[in-house]
Order: sequence, then C-alpha cells, then structure tokens
Amino acid sequence: MKAVGIIFSNIHDNNVPELARIRTLGSIPFAGRYRLIDFPLSNMVNSGIDTVGIITKNNYQSLMDHVGSGKDWDLARKDGGLIFLPPFSDLENDSLYTTRLEALKGITSFIFRADEEYVVMTDCDTVCRINYNDVIESHIKNHADITLVYKKLNSKDIIDDSAITDFTLDGDRITNISYLSEPKNTEMNVFINVFVMKKSLLQNIVMDSISHNKHHFMTEIVAKSLKSMKIMGYEHKGYYMGITSLLAYYKSNMSILEGKNRHELFGDRSVLTKIRDSAPTTYGNSAIVKNSMIADGCSIEGEVENSIIFRNVKIARGAVIKNSIVMQDSVIGEKSSVNCMILDKNVVIRDKRVLSGSENHPFYIGKGIMV
Amino acid sequence: MIRKKKCVAMLLAGGQGSRLYALTNHMAKPAVSFGGKYRIIDFPLSNCVNSGIDTVGVLTQYQPLELNDYIGNGQPWDLDRAFGGVHILSPYQAKTSSDWYKGTANAIYQNMHFMKQFDPDYVLILSGDHIYKMNYSKMLNYHILNGSDCTIAAIDVPKEEASRFGILNTNPDGTIYEFEEKPKHPKSTLASMGIYIFTAQKLFKYLEQDSKNPASSNDFGKDILPTMLSCGEKMMAFQFEGYWKDVGTIDSLYEANMDLLGDVPKFDVTDSSWKIQSRSPLAPPHYIGNSGKASNSIIMSGCEIYGNVENSVLASSVIVKKGATVKNSIIMSDVVIEENCQIEYSIIDENTVICANAKVGEPKESGKGIAVLGRNITVVSGGVVEGGSMVDKDVVKEGK
Repeated sequence: MKAVGIIFSNIHDNNVPELARIRTLGSIPFAGRYRLIDFPLSNMVNSGIDTVGIITKNNYQSLMDHVGSGKDWDLARKDGGLIFLPPFSDLENDSLYTTRLEALKGITSFIFRADEEYVVMTDCDTVCRINYNDVIESHIKNHADITLVYKKLNSKDIIDDSAITDFTLDGDRITNISYLSEPKNTEMNVFINVFVMKKSLLQNIVMDSISHNKHHFMTEIVAKSLKSMKIMGYEHKGYYMGITSLLAYYKSNMSILEGKNRHELFGDRSVLTKIRDSAPTTYGNSAIVKNSMIADGCSIEGEVENSIIFRNVKIARGAVIKNSIVMQDSVIGEKSSVNCMILDKNVVIRDKRVLSGSENHPFYIGKGIMV
Repeated sequence: MIRKKKCVAMLLAGGQGSRLYALTNHMAKPAVSFGGKYRIIDFPLSNCVNSGIDTVGVLTQYQPLELNDYIGNGQPWDLDRAFGGVHILSPYQAKTSSDWYKGTANAIYQNMHFMKQFDPDYVLILSGDHIYKMNYSKMLNYHILNGSDCTIAAIDVPKEEASRFGILNTNPDGTIYEFEEKPKHPKSTLASMGIYIFTAQKLFKYLEQDSKNPASSNDFGKDILPTMLSCGEKMMAFQFEGYWKDVGTIDSLYEANMDLLGDVPKFDVTDSSWKIQSRSPLAPPHYIGNSGKASNSIIMSGCEIYGNVENSVLASSVIVKKGATVKNSIIMSDVVIEENCQIEYSIIDENTVICANAKVGEPKESGKGIAVLGRNITVVSGGVVEGGSMVDKDVVKEGK
C-alpha cells in the first residue's frame, strides 16, 4: 500500500491575500512556530509516505527556505524524499498554471516516475491530523476509483462566507457535488481538499486532460464521473480548521488556545517543523500572561492575554497584547495596546501606540511595517 | 592536494561528574541540562563553531549513550561535515592492548591517529564542564603571535577562591614560570580554565614521552604541563575576561542557571552574534493558562503552565498544574508538577512526576541546601522532600 504524496502549496493563495502576498499559502506562519504546510507534510510522513512532491507556483522562496532539504521531516532521502516541483513552462506554453489540473499537467514526469501504487493529494488550507493510511484502506475496501475526504460541519462552524464544496452521499458514495455560496441550515459534508486514488488513474486523467484540453479537476473530471466512476467520501472526524479567509486564519489560531484542540494537534508531538534555534523565552518581573501560546526566544515584560506569540518577539513593560497574533521578530513598545490584531513578521509598534481590530474583523499589519 | 586543518579541538567529555550525584547517575556531566534548552556541552561546541573550528573530537567514557545520542552527526552545530566535523571518540580495543582512558592526557594520546589525519598545526584541548562564551580564535592568534608552544586560558578569580583552582604564576610578558595546583597560599589570582592550545608537534612529542613513563598519572595538569615547563618550552597564559563558570557541583550548576535570570542577566544566551546552538526539542510553543503566572523565569516550548512560576528555569514540556507553585527552582524536561504542589529551591531531573499536594525543597534561608530529584521518579501525593536532600528513587513518605 505504498503511496506517493502531492502537496499543492499555492492553490488557495487567494483565500488569504494579505498573508499570501509575500509567500505561498503553505508557508503562512501558524500556531506560534509552524507553517501551514507542516500539517499536510507531517500527516504524510506520519502515514509512512516517504516520497512527497510539493507543487509551487510563485513566491515560493519562503517555502523552500522553510522546507529545505526536508531533513526536519526525515524526507532528505537518496531514494524519494522531498521533491520540489516548481512551475514548468516551455515554448508552447509559457503561462503559469491557474488550476489544479493544469498544475498536474506540469508534473507529468513526476507522476510517471513514481512507482507507488497510490497517490494522496492535499492542499495547505487544511489544519488537521489525519492518517492517510486509513483513507487508503477505506478506498480499497470500497473498491473506489477516487476517495475524497470531507468533514461534517454545521452552519455555526462556518466562519466566513467563502464557497463551500458540499457532498451528497449515498452510504459512502458521493452522488452529487454542489457549491454553496452560503451555508445550509442542515449538516453539510464539506470537502477538505484531500484526494486518494490509484497513481495509474491519476496518470490517465492527466494524459486525457492534455489531449482533450480539460482544465478543472473537480468540475470537468470528478463531478462528471460520479456515475461512471466510484467516487467515495471519507469522513474526517477529528479537529479540522479550513484557512478560507483572514478571519478563518485568525479564528483557527485562536482555536489552538483551547486545551482540547491543542492536545489533539500537538499532544503526541508528531507535527514536524523546521527546527530553528532560539534561546528560551524569558519572563520579566512585570510579565502577566493569560491563556496564551508563546514560542521560544521571546522576551515578555508586558501583559499578554488570549494571544499567539511567535518566536523572538519582544513585548516591553506596560504593553498590553490581547486577542492577537504576533509573528516572529516583532517588537511591541512600552505602554502600547494591541487588540484583535494580526502582526506579520518584523512589525514594530512604537511606545504608547493603541491599535485595535475587532473579533470578527481582525486588523492586519504587513511584514516589516513600523507603527 | 593534501587536506589539512589548521586547528583541531579535542573535547574531554568523559567525566563522571560525581559531585552532581543524582543528575549524573545515568549520563556524563557534559550531557546535563542547562538553562532550559541547553546541555553543558553546547557551550564548548558552539564556541568552537563560532570561532571557526570545525573539527572536534569528543572523548567520551562514562555513561556515553545519552551524550552520543545528543551529539549525533553534529548537525545542530553545523558540524556534519564531509571533512572534519564532530566525532565521538570512545575508548577502543587495539591489536596489542585495550584500555580505558587513564587520564586526560592518555585519552588524547589514544586518539593521536584521529588528530593526525587532519595534519593540524595546533590542537585545542577543552573540557565539557564549563559554561562560558569564548572566541578561541583570539586565543589561537595570541598563541601564534607569541610563538608559544602551549597557551593556557586563564581567568582572574577572587583571592579567597584562588586556592580551589590551578594557579598560573606569570612574568609581566605573560609567560608562565610556575604552576601551583590548589595552593594554600596562592601567589597570584590567575586560575587555569582547563583550556589549552598546543603547537601540535610539541603536543605529540610530549604525549609520546608521557605514555612511556609508567610513573606518570597521564594527566595534563599534573604531568604534561609541568614536564613541558621544566623542559623550557614557551608557555603563555591567555587572560580571558567575561562570564565563566565551572558547573561541577550542584550549587554552581544552580547558580549558573540563575545567572540567566533578572533584568540584566549575568550571562546572556540571547546574544545573536554568539549563538549557542543545541539540539532543539520538537514541541509546540508553551502555553500559559488563565490561572498561570510566570515572572522572572525562563520557560521552554511544550510547557503548559496553570500554576505559579517564579525565579525558575523550566526546560521543554514541563507541566505545572493549577495551584502549584514553582519558586527558585530548575525543572528539566517532561516533569509533571500536579495540583497544589510546592516546589522551592530544588533541581528536578527529566520525567519525574510530583503528585498533587507534595512539597519539594525548602527556602534557601532554611540553610538546608538545594533539594535534588533524579530522573524518572515519582513523589507520592502529599509527599515531602526536605531541603538539601538528594533523591534518586520514588518518594513514598507522606507529610505530617
């Protein structure tokens, strides 16, 4: 049951344009020390997948810097391991891909070369822990052609008004796929962008799309084959957060402050990430910290509540940080107040500044900006 | 092309560290945890890398497993090199003999072939039980400029402590004319830091000579250095200024940890121009709950704090539950401190569990000293560990 992994690092960049302007969706920082790609990548490694192709498109410097040779995921291998798949263009086709299927057309040689029987494809907008072996097992048991992973959600679980891919199921079989512009009142089976199929099938689909000039994997292939192929659903039952917008990104981070979620994601320490060296975090005599997650290398002298603080952040005496996400190397000056904010890397808030968003409209400050 | 290294470092890491008692039952002293994130050996190793020395032999002997595991291929220090890098050198069986390392000099002598394969001009000898940041390349330049055969790093110590150290008596130009090992009436306050640079050929010559002398105890301080001096070799003292601490005792290890705390810590590990590298644990950022409090403390990733932490150093993945207080203490990784425990003036080693309502240690003012708990033990609910006690098995005694 060997499988090869494919991770789409750029698809859904438009979900969070603020954060993805300077990086791929996959390299968006998350939960104090991680990047979004750590979740699918760790899921793959923990499911025994040791050949993983990462499809990139643009702004992938931060991603390459993060993933490197793959050694922190044990993917720096002589045979297989981590393979970067930057966009491929030739004389006939020099434009960048815009859809999943076009991206796959650009990596035909990678797909052909893989000698694993199955392929697991996933995006970086999904924060969850999932054992892909269980999905493959269900795929085999169901004699499925394609298995798509979904999560049962109610309208109250939907954070924003981005489009929802909803499955209608007959048993495990998907009989209809609808795209909702607003959540239904009943329970929905929301697609979480994880695909499992035989590698040979993916190969055929890609070759067929090249010759018939197809562009969309879900609408032109999956949705049209619901009758001719056995397309099955697999329910993911654990923690799941979809990074569908800046608000969803904010709420997903905040959800980690809940013990249950935190322990489910990180309890067994199996989410792998690039190891960077920082000194330990030091707390001054005046520090007050409540319900917050704080990474290494910080120096905390002010007050922090309901917040996620990334590495090497300095919070001066008298500063108050509430309900906020503060990324790496940012500095908060004395007596400043920051509430419901997302501060990107290297932001400097000078002394006595007052900044506030609201819980449903967190305010974002871009990388390197000084306020 | 003949490949060579200008300077090879040899790090003596075989010491048992018997004065650290319960902390070194299962591992060598250089592997002892320090400052929440580090091990003692991170300091000499990082100093080497930061000084441009990329070939380091680590000589192990006592309980080497943990240390070997920790050093691995040297990747955290950038010492996974194709030529050079870090090498673990343990005692081995040779065709005609097999010996444990008898003394510090003998340990280096037995690994002469290791040094020779890099054809070094100079050899730096280090020990794995000091906490300090030092640029060895400055010392090497001093050695070369003075045409010295052996240069010994030295630090000024207070007069009243001088009799605890090996004291170097020097001429005004820095040349050494006499060694005094722990003198009762020290003539100077310049103490040897146990860091030596030798011109390689001289070192090899004296090691060979020493190995043939059955009366020798094969020790650098007792044998090699005095012999070199009496043979008229040029020996210099290189004066070091800055933080340096021998962490060979429970009290000094405790003090060195506490020196990391405060508004202006005595010893700064956050200095980005002289980074101390270490093998980092894989854990999420630490979490402080609504009932948690941390002041004047160091807290590492993976910790979950629901109690009160004050003037303490917590290594990774320590759990402090609600109502518990941790004061003036050093807690190593994966320790669990349950509800309403009181920890005061203690050192608790890895994986130990303190069950609810237990009391460990007593305030410094009690004069009883630091309570030390070894690894993998359990203190029962309501258990009491008195100040100054040294515990390496489960505590079942309940308080009154």
